[in-house]
Amino acid sequence: MHIIDRRLNPGGKSLVNRQRFLRRAKAAVQQAVRDSLKDRSIKDLDREGQISIPRGGINEPTLRRASRGGDRERVFPGNKDYLEGDRIPRPGGGSGSGSQAGSGDGEDDFRFVLSRAEFLELFLDDLELPDLAKRKLTGEDSSILRRAGYTTVGSPANLSVQRTMQKAMSRRIALRRPSSGELERIEEEIARIESRDPLEKSDTKRLEELRKEREHLLRRRALISYIDPVDLRYRRFETVPKPVTQAVMFCLMDVSGSMTEHMKDLAKRFFALLHLFLTRCYEHVDVVFIHHTDRAAEVDEETFFHSAVSGGTLVSSAFEELLAVVEARYRPEDWNIYVAQASDGDNMSHDNLKTVSLLKDAILPITQYFAYIEVGPEEQPMTKAESDLWAAYEGLTAAHRHFAMRKVNHRREIYPVLRELFRKRGALASLEA
Amino acid sequence: MLKRASLPLFEGSDWDFALIQRIYDAVESIALGDLKLDVYPNQIEIISAEQMLDAYSSTGMPLFYKHWSFGKQFAANEMLYRKGLRGLAYELVINSVPCINYIMQENSATLQTLVIAHAAFGHNHFFKNNYAFRQWTDAEGILDYLDFAKSFIASCEERYGQQAVERLLDCAHALMHQGVHRHPRVRARDLKAEAAREAQRQAYRDQIYDDLWRTLPAEPKAPEVKADERRQALNLPQENILYFLEKTGPRLEPWQREILRIVRLIAQYFYPQRQTKVMNEGCATWCHYQIMTKLHERGLITDGSFLEFLQSHTNVVYQPNYDSPQFNGFNPYALGFGIMEDIVRISENPTDEDREWFPDFAGKGDGIGVLKDVWANYRDESFIAQFLSPRMIRHWRLFRVADKQSESKLNVAAIHDERGYRRIRRALAREYDVGRQEPDIQIVDVNLTGDRALVLEHLVADGMLLDENDTRMVLQNLANLWGYEVRLRELNAADRKELKTHIRQPQLQA
Repeated sequence: MHIIDRRLNPGGKSLVNRQRFLRRAKAAVQQAVRDSLKDRSIKDLDREGQISIPRGGINEPTLRRASRGGDRERVFPGNKDYLEGDRIPRPGGGSGSGSQAGSGDGEDDFRFVLSRAEFLELFLDDLELPDLAKRKLTGEDSSILRRAGYTTVGSPANLSVQRTMQKAMSRRIALRRPSSGELERIEEEIARIESRDPLEKSDTKRLEELRKEREHLLRRRALISYIDPVDLRYRRFETVPKPVTQAVMFCLMDVSGSMTEHMKDLAKRFFALLHLFLTRCYEHVDVVFIHHTDRAAEVDEETFFHSAVSGGTLVSSAFEELLAVVEARYRPEDWNIYVAQASDGDNMSHDNLKTVSLLKDAILPITQYFAYIEVGPEEQPMTKAESDLWAAYEGLTAAHRHFAMRKVNHRREIYPVLRELFRKRGALASLEA
Repeated sequence: MLKRASLPLFEGSDWDFALIQRIYDAVESIALGDLKLDVYPNQIEIISAEQMLDAYSSTGMPLFYKHWSFGKQFAANEMLYRKGLRGLAYELVINSVPCINYIMQENSATLQTLVIAHAAFGHNHFFKNNYAFRQWTDAEGILDYLDFAKSFIASCEERYGQQAVERLLDCAHALMHQGVHRHPRVRARDLKAEAAREAQRQAYRDQIYDDLWRTLPAEPKAPEVKADERRQALNLPQENILYFLEKTGPRLEPWQREILRIVRLIAQYFYPQRQTKVMNEGCATWCHYQIMTKLHERGLITDGSFLEFLQSHTNVVYQPNYDSPQFNGFNPYALGFGIMEDIVRISENPTDEDREWFPDFAGKGDGIGVLKDVWANYRDESFIAQFLSPRMIRHWRLFRVADKQSESKLNVAAIHDERGYRRIRRALAREYDVGRQEPDIQIVDVNLTGDRALVLEHLVADGMLLDENDTRMVLQNLANLWGYEVRLRELNAADRKELKTHIRQPQLQA
């Protein structure tokens, strides 16, 4: 009998199968992931979670009998008071088999748990930052090694044996290094002559010649080495700088008094998803958080999502802050600049003009994409006039294709809107071109 | 009489490899010495819960080819396990030589003892001795074959694309239950028998000869004869659909045939397991109960761990009643263990009733000998039909319910009384008859020179038709593989009246 400890064997044997299963059920799983977002709080966004999908697409059909119809009989344990000939009403009404138990016919959904990575991958599957065009050579972590021929110096790890042997061989041929074959031939002849018992005169002479020649050959072999340091060749690598696309996302959020808790929640959810998407999918994306009332300030993530301030509303203040940050840190020539703004649409009416002109003349020319989210109350009044900001922005959409605006009233709309704003445009763009 | 050990094998629940070895030796001496079991050499492998989950979802085999359906099972099992809805099995045992026993690291020392007794000796003895396993499976070759299957399918995926292989496997899996030879092959008839048969036919013709037949107008008979010959040439009717496809499918590539063959052979390997679930678990449970009891009697395990064992054992053989929310059919452990305990009781300590019902072995002693004969020569159906005693029927208070489509209410057809014993026993045995569990579907005709339509028949027993949705999907897959039309006729078994016909045309995939 052998005892074998398999605990240290690599686990995850089922991983491939699991991935294949997810791929097969992708459409359904993706739908389920999106649906499940409604119920998650911001903190839970990137956790693993249980989802359920309809069994339809992942059914494994077999030739089996239908669960109903026909004459059936079954034996059950635990009779209490039935006597032979008793009539029992069918459980569950209609025509069915004797028991519902055991015939788990699987009309219900298939439930399972998605890991965090799987969840996010499906969730952010087809999002991208549009028009990520500007590339720049920067210093660190942006170079790659590339093969660049051979060199005569280098580390032993990079020794190219093939090249070295090639060199050595050509040198040996050029300098006529005696081969071991030649030497053997002479040795053989010497041995043959020596083996003749009575040596004749001519033999002695021949032997003398041969021995001399052997000496000569051996000396040449010793002088001309098989491999010489001059033969050594090393593979050469050089570092090539790689252009990096740098992007910065400005998150502008209105936190003024007119924003209700519900609206703030919507806005925060939107930015949380956006942030998640950016940090997961892009390595070189900076995120700048700016919140504003009638004054704007750049804040850190923590403050942005959790602070409570209130006051009046001046949207232009946020734009000015944005431009100041751009001026200070993100030169438009080097950076792809994105802006996402969330607001309830209220603004001091005297500020509208300034806001629009700042947007039109200063911000839109330097940004790759500007997305405006207007958050509204949960129950949408049917006949609400358009907000100040919405009306002011509306004129811009026609002239600027990289400006987009959407309204969001309910949690469940956030993810679709995010997807709409940041979906991959590859196919679309090429159609339009 | 009994020599008591001075020290138990272990106290507490911790174990290490040396202890496993000592436990194994103690269990082995009882299993081989007292019970005289006959087993394949054992190999015990310790795995983690994670690995147990992995093993679960690829049909329990240590290596298996890749397919999404195993991933689906894994996802489902994993969730049940993580939410604590279902524990994992303590062990997993593979019918191979050497017999591989997976035991979990989370088990306590008592459980490891139980598991070794259960799997390494109980199941192992059954695998080695039961006729179904001897007849159908090749325990020595299975691991090598799975290794081949895995690498062959992986190389097919590389050459022909994962999607093409996946589609083929989907279809093959769907037909897996129709991919076994249920009966040992018919041997080629010898000429003497053939001659005798011909003489018999001639005698019959003479006997029914009537001059009147001559006056009937002659029918053109030629095509009928042809169809006959054709069927014979193709070995029709054929119940093994995968086999037929592999040998005859007109549009299959060689690699597709090989994959069908792989699925078919694996289905064949698992076929005995499906026929002997009750007996296999019953045998293992009976053995572990005996062994654990003896270990305790000899002072090799403490009272505490014996109680721990009894608790697990009781859970394992618990049979909920039909109206309990836990009821999910018969518990094979309970059924098998109960009947086997009863067999030993009957042979060693029978009542008058037992003498009447089981005259062959009642009171003859040597219960283990009887059991060994049972383990070797029966499968679930015949085992229950032979050995379910009135006492056990009363013990479980079994009753039989008939559900006729034409009637609005269920009918209690038999209960645990004098009139009911035999009927209940027969009915329960029939539930375990693989021939009745699976619908009887055969390929009856195919005209390879004509339209090449594949014709199947389902002989409908008791009016139970096939599931409409599933059948449509399976037939579609089958038609895609066959390359031409596929027809499935559902005929009433009694009068061959046609109840329903399914027809699918192949959809050619890009």
